[in-house]
Formats: sequence, C-alpha cells, structure tokens
Amino acid sequence: MKRMDNVTRTSTTLAEPPDCTPDEEPKIRIRNLGKSFTVGRDTVTALDDVSLDIAAGCFCTIVGPSGCGKTTLLRILAGLETATKGTATIRPGPAGRPANSMIFQGDSIFPWMTVWDNAAFGLLMRGVPRKEVRETVGHYLDKTGLTRFAKAYPHQLSGGMRQRVSIARAFANDPDVLLMDEPFSALDEQNKTILQEELLRIWEETRKTVVFITHSVDEAVTLGDQVLVMTARPGRAKALVDVAFPRPRGVLALRAEPAYGELVFHIWDLLKSEVQQTLEPSGPMT
Amino acid sequence: MSMRTLSDVAASRRRRRSTASTARSDRIVAVLAPIGLLVIWEIASRTGVLDMRFFPPPTLIVSTLVDTISSGELVRNTLVSLRRLVIGFVVGGVPALLLGLTMGLYRPVRLAAEPVIAALYPIPKTAIFPLLLLIFGLGEGSKVAVVAVGVFFPIVINTAAGVLGIERIHHDVASNFHASAFQRFRRIALPGALPLILAGVRLAVGMALMLIVLAEMLGGRDGLGFMIWNAWQTFAVERMYVALVVVSALGVVFTLLLKEFERIVVPWRTSR
Repeated sequence: MKRMDNVTRTSTTLAEPPDCTPDEEPKIRIRNLGKSFTVGRDTVTALDDVSLDIAAGCFCTIVGPSGCGKTTLLRILAGLETATKGTATIRPGPAGRPANSMIFQGDSIFPWMTVWDNAAFGLLMRGVPRKEVRETVGHYLDKTGLTRFAKAYPHQLSGGMRQRVSIARAFANDPDVLLMDEPFSALDEQNKTILQEELLRIWEETRKTVVFITHSVDEAVTLGDQVLVMTARPGRAKALVDVAFPRPRGVLALRAEPAYGELVFHIWDLLKSEVQQTLEPSGPMT
Repeated sequence: MSMRTLSDVAASRRRRRSTASTARSDRIVAVLAPIGLLVIWEIASRTGVLDMRFFPPPTLIVSTLVDTISSGELVRNTLVSLRRLVIGFVVGGVPALLLGLTMGLYRPVRLAAEPVIAALYPIPKTAIFPLLLLIFGLGEGSKVAVVAVGVFFPIVINTAAGVLGIERIHHDVASNFHASAFQRFRRIALPGALPLILAGVRLAVGMALMLIVLAEMLGGRDGLGFMIWNAWQTFAVERMYVALVVVSALGVVFTLLLKEFERIVVPWRTSR
C-alpha cells in the first residue's frame, strides 16, 4: 500500500493511478441491477439494468441526471434498499471489517452526540475496544481538522464542518468499501473544493474502494479513477470513462490541465442528451 | 420626505431606548405584583372588605404554615403525597417511556397501540378513580394507580411522537453502521426523542398533582389532598390554604428541577 507520508506532490514521485480494469474478482460486482417503486397504481422504474464491476482500491464516481437512480444504486449497495432485480455484491474482505460505510447527502450526523461520539459511532456499534476507538477517532478527527471541536455539538458547527464529521465517521469505521452520496452537494464552492482536497488526502492513506455519487461532472473527474455516466430515468449505465490522471492529485492543479477540460467536455457531451431528456415536458417526471 | 425620515429615526430611537428600560420595569412588575396583591389581600381581609372566613389574611396563613410545620403534620402529609407521586410516576412513566420508544421504532407496535391509546386517552382520569378504588382498595394502591394512569398518557404520546420526529436519515445511518435493536433504543430513539419526552413529563407533573390531591380527598386518611378536604370539613380555612400553597410549591419545584435536568441531558438543544 502506498502511504501518504513518503509521497510528495512533485511530478517525479507521483504514484501511478490504480489499475481499475476489473479482474476476475472485482471488489464490487453489479449485475443487471434494477429497482422499481409502486406509486399508487403506477410502477416507476428508478433503476433499470445496471451492470458494473469495480476493482479493489478504485475510486469510482457516478454521474447522471437527477432522478436517474444513482442514489438508489448506492442505497442498494449500502443495504438500505433491496433490488427488485439483479444483484449487487461486495466481495467480503478480512473478517471483522464492515463491508461498507456510507457518507450521506445532507445532514446525517446525530445532533445529540458530540463530534467525538459521532465519529466513533460505527466503532462503538461494532464493540471495538475503547483504546482502539480512541486512537482511530483521534486520528481521523486530526485528519479532518476537527480535534479542537471534539466536544462540540453539531449545531455549533458550520455545514462544512458537519460534513467533515460525517467523513471522519465513515473512515474511522474502517470499512471495505466507502459509499458517498453527493456528500458535498450542499456546500458552497469554496468549501466544496477544500473538502474534495481533504477527502483525496485521507483516501490516499488507505486507498479503499470508493463509489462516489455526484451530479457534478467536475467533481466526478477530479476525484475518480473512472466515471460511470448514467442515462436519464430509468437509469442505465451509458458509458464508463477512465480518468488516468496520476495520484495524488491536487484539486486546483488538476483544473489547469488541458486534458482535464477535455475529459469534462467529453463527459458533458455524453450527459447532455440525457439531461435534455429530463427537461422535456413529455419526459419522465423527476 | 426628509422630515418624515427624521421622525422615523427618532421614533426608532425611542423604541430602542424603551426596550432597555422595559426589561428593568418588567422585572420590577414581576416582583412587585404578587407582593402588592398579598398586601391588598391582607388589608382587605383585616378591614373586612374580604370575608375573613373564606379569605384569611396571608399573615394568618403563614403562622398556620409555621404551626403545621412545627407540629410535623404538614411535613408528614407532604411526604406521604410526595411518595405516592414518585411511585406513581415510576409505575406509569417507565412503561410509558418503553412503549413510546417501541411504538416510535416499530410500525406494527405503533399500529396496534395507537387506536387503543386514542380511545383511552380522552377518558377523564378522575372518572376512573372509583374503578381503581374497586380494584386496588382504599389504601396506597389506588392512589399510586391513578397517578400512574395519569402520567402514562402524556409520556407515551410524547415519546412516540419524539421518536417519529427523528429524521429518517438518522435511522439510515443506524442501519448502515449496524446498530443493534438495543443500540437504536439507547443511542438514537431515546436521545433523539428526549426534548419531547421531557415536554411530556412536564405535562404529566401537572396531571399527577391534580390526581393525587383528588385521590386523597376521596379516599385518604393522609396526604395534602386529605389536609384540604379535612380543613373543609372542620372549617379550618387557613389549613386549607397552607395545603394549597404546598401543592403549588411542589409544582414549581418539579418544573424547576425538570428544567435543570433538561439543561444537563439535552445540551445539544439548550446551549445556544
């Protein structure tokens, strides 16, 4: 495993991006996954036949128009919803390690717990020994710049700080796979950039497999090793785009690269017709 | 136009200055009003404007208060009522809390319990006291039971509502992080519902005081309710007032204690 402390951000020592070509045993295997809801007498298909393999250690971002079922896909992976067809499986890792932890969209940290208790939530639920909890939580609070706020309650923090708690909570739980559902969508542009940078830095330490949902093409390209573009509802996989920028990445430095702009444009091109479809009056409701 | 603006500024200044002095005068009024009322009462009673038989002067009530304290009568009766209140609160409140949490977390339990509670809640608890007398007899049982029944409803209803008020996303987090059923009760439902639970307890305190006094009047040989009833029968009106003052003081003390308790256990709501 590549570790953060011996990697500096110069072009000569840049680490290679992980090979995200899924092998025979991908970390996540999604096969013909579908989900339909019944609304009154109508059946609404949120997700229709998505197949995807994600290699271990790969940062996979998913973009798609609103209502394309990308959140549903993630919730099925998280075990919060059941698929109506197909399968989504996470290959089990070492015993005792949780399969996945989710970073939710919006305010998901508990207002009645301190920052520390929130970050420790997963570990405490798993009955991890106190000493280990203290060390792990201390480490991730440090990484997210929250050490000073360990005893604060969420209502005393800004939106960006609260989302950092959510990130610390998921990383501290040390899952096999991290699932992120538009974690930065509620933040302003500046906070978003800073948190993307922090997320990448923390992720570099462990290089866990990540599935990251976003509606921002920029974010998808900045963070991901591969970008799955989804169609408008009912959601299907439209294209899988490799993002071969070396790691570790600097969020702002990346934006200055000509190749970055080309890639963003390419993905926008793929998305355009899908987004237009959702805007047509006769198109599916969102 | 400019004249208009100037007068507006003056008016807003007047308003601002008045808010500072209002706060002070508000406090003075709040302290002086009850004292003034007592003084007027004293004078009116002494001069015969108020019938002394029904409205004995406050000084007389205070001296009776001192008498009943030194004779031990008031303290004994207060402790008896207090004991019934506390036991009744535990007997009614703990099941209410547990049922309320369960109703909030589990839909089938909620669907089963809700209509039953909705049907029983509107029955005046005073109306079922005779039934409780039949079941539990004239002793402690019926008095504790009526308090328990009285506190049960506000607490169960508020607890269930409190758990239902917890955001769905927090239940999702609990699921995603594999919280056990007990951990959901302990770490999600209970703390999340606590502000509403405590509001329910406040309602329950008022209900409990009303019911204990009534129960002791109807079938008691001791307690504050008995003191009030006994004072009526022997026409010792000052003693009646003494018991009323103590009941009211109990209510105030409970409310203050609850507020302090809330400050400690719900720091995420009150520390603003």
